[in-house]
This record gives sequence, C-alpha cells and structure tokens, in this order.
Amino acid sequence: MRQIAIYGKGGIGKSTTTQNLTAGLGLMGKKIMVVGCDPKADSTRLLLGGLAQKTVLDTLREEGEEIELDAILKPGFRDIMCVESGGPEPGVGCAGRGIITAIGMLEQLGAYTPDLDYVFYDVLGDVVCGGFAMPMREGKAQEIYIVASGEMMALYAANNIAKGVQKYATTGGIRLGGIICNSRNVDGEKELVQAFAEELGSQMIYFVPRDNMVQRAEINKKTVLEFDDTAGQAQEYRNLAAAIDGNKMFVIPKPMKQDRLEEILMEHGLMDI
Amino acid sequence: MLDLTPKEQSERSALRINPIKTCQPVGAMYAALGVHACMPHSHGSQGCCSFHRMFLSRHFKDPAIASSSSFTEGASVFGGGANLKTAIKNIFDIYNPDIIAVHTTCLSETIGDDLVGYINDAKIPEGKIVVHTNTPSYVGSHITGYYNMITGFIKYLAEATGEKNNKLALLPGFVNPGDMREMKRLMTIMGVEYIMLPDTSGVMDAPMTGSYNMYPKGGTTISDIKDLGNCELTLALGELTSEFPADFLEKKCKVPYQTLPLPIGVENTDAFIMALNHFSKNEVPYEIDEERGQLMDILLDSHQYTYNKSVAIYGDPDTVLGLAQITMEMGMIPKYLVTGTPGKIFEEKAKMLFDKFGLEGCVAKAAADLFELHQWIKNDSVDLLIGGTHGKYVARAEDIPLVRVGFPIIDRYVHSYMPIVGYKGAIRLAELILNALMDRQDRDCEDEDMEMVM
Repeated sequence: MRQIAIYGKGGIGKSTTTQNLTAGLGLMGKKIMVVGCDPKADSTRLLLGGLAQKTVLDTLREEGEEIELDAILKPGFRDIMCVESGGPEPGVGCAGRGIITAIGMLEQLGAYTPDLDYVFYDVLGDVVCGGFAMPMREGKAQEIYIVASGEMMALYAANNIAKGVQKYATTGGIRLGGIICNSRNVDGEKELVQAFAEELGSQMIYFVPRDNMVQRAEINKKTVLEFDDTAGQAQEYRNLAAAIDGNKMFVIPKPMKQDRLEEILMEHGLMDI
Repeated sequence: MLDLTPKEQSERSALRINPIKTCQPVGAMYAALGVHACMPHSHGSQGCCSFHRMFLSRHFKDPAIASSSSFTEGASVFGGGANLKTAIKNIFDIYNPDIIAVHTTCLSETIGDDLVGYINDAKIPEGKIVVHTNTPSYVGSHITGYYNMITGFIKYLAEATGEKNNKLALLPGFVNPGDMREMKRLMTIMGVEYIMLPDTSGVMDAPMTGSYNMYPKGGTTISDIKDLGNCELTLALGELTSEFPADFLEKKCKVPYQTLPLPIGVENTDAFIMALNHFSKNEVPYEIDEERGQLMDILLDSHQYTYNKSVAIYGDPDTVLGLAQITMEMGMIPKYLVTGTPGKIFEEKAKMLFDKFGLEGCVAKAAADLFELHQWIKNDSVDLLIGGTHGKYVARAEDIPLVRVGFPIIDRYVHSYMPIVGYKGAIRLAELILNALMDRQDRDCEDEDMEMVM
C-alpha cells in the first residue's frame, strides 16, 4: 500500500488535482482511498458526483464514538473509497485536532484494508500545526507531493511545506516524491517550477496545463476523466497518474533560504512581471 | 447534602455531574507504576501530573511517582519536543529509572505533538528505554488510558523470538495490588508459569521499611515484557479493559488470547480456574476446592439476609459487571448498574447478565453519572449501594448503606491490600455486603425485633 499526502498553498488546486489523479489511477485498475483532511470537506466532491459526504467529525459529534465505517466511507468513481475528516466552522475549535481524531478513527475502524493500492491524503494549505502534519507521521504517508504553480506565493508555500517534510523525514521514513505543477499560465512557468524542484533536490513530476475543461467538469460535479475522457486534459491527468505510479525518485528535500528562493524567481524573470 | 437533586429527570446531552470516571493519564500512570523501575512521565503541564499523582495517592495511600514535561506557554506554541528531550535527559540523570513510560495529556494531544518522532530523536542512555502512549482525556476514561499504556509497553517491547516460553500472559484488568496478588497466588497454586502485565503489587502496596526507595521491589520486569511475545496464550481478565492489549499482542506476536470477566464471584472465578486448568493441565488442588467450598457454605448460611435485596452498583465497567455477578449469586437484585466509561458494550454485557439470572426491570448505563443514579434512586430506592467514595453523598442523602468497592476509594484504608477476586475475594465481598445489610437491620429494627443471634 502506498500512502501519499498532497500538500500545497490554499486554492492552488490540490483537491481538483488529487481527484483527477486518483480517477486516473482508478482507471488503471488501482484500489484507492482518498482521505480529505480539510474542514471544508470538499476533497471528494468530484469523485462522489457532488454527493454530500457526511464527515467523520460530524458523525462523531452527532452519533457519539460508536460509529460504523459504512457511515463515513463512501465509494465514488471507479469505486474509489472517499472519506472526509471535516472539522469546525471557521474561527472556532481546533481543525488540527480534528484531523488527528479523524485519522485515528479510520485506523480504529479498520479502513486501511490490505487490498488498497493507494491511500491519498488531501491536506489543506500549509502545515500550520501538529495536526496538519498528522498524515506525515510514522506509519502514515510515506510520499509527499506538493502542488504548486509558477506564482511566487505558491512557491513560498511549497518551500515551507518542504521544511515540514524535512523535519519529519529525519525521524521517519517520509520522502518528497516531487512537485506537481498545476499551471496558471505564468510566463516561463515550467522552467521556473523545474528549477525550483531541482533546487529542493527533487523533481517536477508533471506539468498539468491549464484548461477550462477542468472548470466545466467541476461544474458538472465530475472529474475530467469521468466527464469527458476523450478530452486532452483527461490525457494529461492519465499521464500524471502514470508518472506517480511509476515514480522512483524519493528524496529528503533541501528547503531554500528566503534569499535563494528569491534569486531563483529573479533568474526566471518572474520579478519583471 | 445533595438535597437539591431533583426527582424529575430531564434530558441531558453534554452535562455530566459526578461522572464516575477520570482522566486517561490516571490509568496510564497506574499501569506504568506496575512496571519495575519505571518512571511514568506526563507529557504536558505540571497541573495534570500533580492531579493524576494525587488521585492515585489518595486511593492507595502510597506515593505515586511521576515526572512532567512542564509545558509553558512556549511549549504550547512551539510543541513539546524540546521539553521532552530535556525531561528524558534529566530523569535518567537524576532519578535513574530503567524505563520511562511517557503518556500524553489533553494539551500535547491538541497541539498534535509527534511522540514517536520525539522519542526517536531523543538521546537515550545505553541500556535504558523510553516508551509512550497517547492518552487524550477527552476520549474514554482512565480505563482507556490504562489499556493504552499496557498496549504501549507491548508495542515497544514485546517480541516473538520464535521460541515459546510455555508461560501464560496474564492481563489482570484494572484492579488493586491486592487483587493482583490473589491472581498470582491462584496461578502459583495451579502450577501455571505466568507473566503478568502490569503488576502493581509490591509497588502501590509496598511495605514500610524505614528507608524510601523510589523504585520498590514490585512490578513487571522489562525482560518479562519482552518475553510476552513468546507466551502460549494471553488470558485477558476484564473484557472491556484487557481485550485491546491482548488483541494487539496477538497481532504483533501471534500470541492467541482468551477473554474472561474479572474473576469476581463464584462463576467468574470458576471460569478463571478452569482456564488455568486448561492451560497447565494440572488438576485443581484441594486447596482451591476448599476455598470454593467455604464460599459456598457462607453464601448458603447467609442467604436469608441477602435474598431479594436490591443494590445499585457504580464504578469501572468490568468491576461493576463482576460485582453484579456476585450480588446475583447472593440472591440480590442489581437494580442499577452504571459506569462513567463510555461504551455500549457495557450495557449489552449487563443485559446478558440480567437475562442469565432471569431478572427484569434492572437498568445498566454507560457514560452515565452519579447524579442520574441518584435520580433513579429517588424515584425507586435500593437497599444497598456498592462503589467508590464519590457515592457516599448519595448514600447519606438517601440513607442507604454503602459498601466501598472499586476505584477510587479515598476515604478509607486497607481496601487496596485486600482482594475482591478469587474465592477469597468473594468471601471478603460477602462479608462486607452482609455486614452492611445486617448492621442496617440492627440499627433500624424495633426494640422487640432486635436479634441476638443472626
């Protein structure tokens, strides 16, 4: 079982990328579970066809501690098992603790069955506290992919996440598998992200071009692969899935100092914009 | 005193009043004290550690040692890694235990401290050991913490070398040192070689010797915990307490397990003795037959004073179920059974007991509190209360005799030295229950009904 966590700046397209990627792996015949680790609970919407998934924490709150696995784990596209950790409303409670509780609950209920080929954790934004690092801990995700684009803030965030990965890599077995570039049509984007990834000691595992097809599919509550598998974008996601399935490069990242990060941005002309 | 408890019950979803349970770390600390030369370590603020130590000391009337990560505002923000690292160094330097058993607290759980990472990172002196378990108190109860800590020891230490040791692994359940001694006595009489984890006898009932020893003679040794992985079978006493670690040991080291109720009362002790008999293939010696026969004699002789008396029992889940069994064997009606520890399985097990004895109208409730029990009693009273100290206010308000059994008992002495398990323990329980009921009869009867011979 390969356990993979997807991190990246808020709004960069982690959930969209994860769902299209897992749909691609699903079409390859893989058995997958997707764990949404975001209080907004929108990590599995496309796989479930918009079906409102009841989150682990809502179920816990309403039904007490004795809950059934079926109540929180729903099969979606290509029988991909979908679960949402959920969490508090903005501004109250502790979302980090929510993730710890939800993953603990999944373990306890036996969601990690040996027939799974992949478990994906779709984690919100930055690794701001211990709870958001939960998927990186011992016995959880072994591989991390960071979704980024050629925009400055996305790369800042990616560099920060790499710091978190580095911290856990020295004590556990966790490694960075690569940067997924989710293109924003920025000039020189591919080269910039490539250079950034190499500076980390990693790779840009795939460059996903920007295509309105993604938005069209999203409005229809579907992944691109389900909505129109003949579309060019569908092929891109299939390629991404194949790249991750065949990935052999796992490293302890070497995050950059602020100055070096800005240098790279300058080299690739981003500052001219 | 508790005069304001209303008779009318109203729906409550969150509020618990006198909850019949305490924090997970209290159980974790108790389990860790049952390991020889072990320092329990509370990873959190100092107040947690002080409260948990005090809770145990009040019950056992013995010191409960433990250290703390002493979180400050800084540790809450930056994580407790640096504190734990310093703590481990200081504890081995100053107090020199063989092993440190770390348990977490609500604060370190909420900020999401990664104990596995911290411990991997820590400098641990050659030959010393650090283990940990997670014990957020907003989940479960001290019972949960107790079995989590036992599981933590097994997780870090137990290993199957491939060579069986012909021993029985005994998980005693959440019981007093006196009970652990009784279990060991019975196993020795039955010729069973065993490893018991934890074993707080010789620690929480250590004798006064004139000099203070931070690590008294008792406790399961580290080599024995490692050797658990080579046992033939695990006997998990107290199904709601010991099954979790037994199951973990089976998964880790392929040691099969059998669960049994705590050996409280005739039938439960019979089951324990028969399990030992099955394991050792040794016949049950006369010594045990004799104790059983004495118990039967006592129950028959005194039956008229216990028959049809109603009783309310509160406390830890397996203890309450065991006490329910023995009271029914004495012809009593365990009208109310309550535990603060959550888990519907308690209610199911209680229902099975009521059915077995053909009783109707008895109620069992998990995740309950003494306030609710008090309300039930106000509506339909009982002849006797059995449980820990916290029920004494209900006993006083309703003028019902109370037999102190279970955890915590913080207003009496000696109890933790004396067993309630085995036939000997059942004889003791019978005496306690009879004394309470018969004292009450002597107190309440009319002058002309006062009996000299009873």
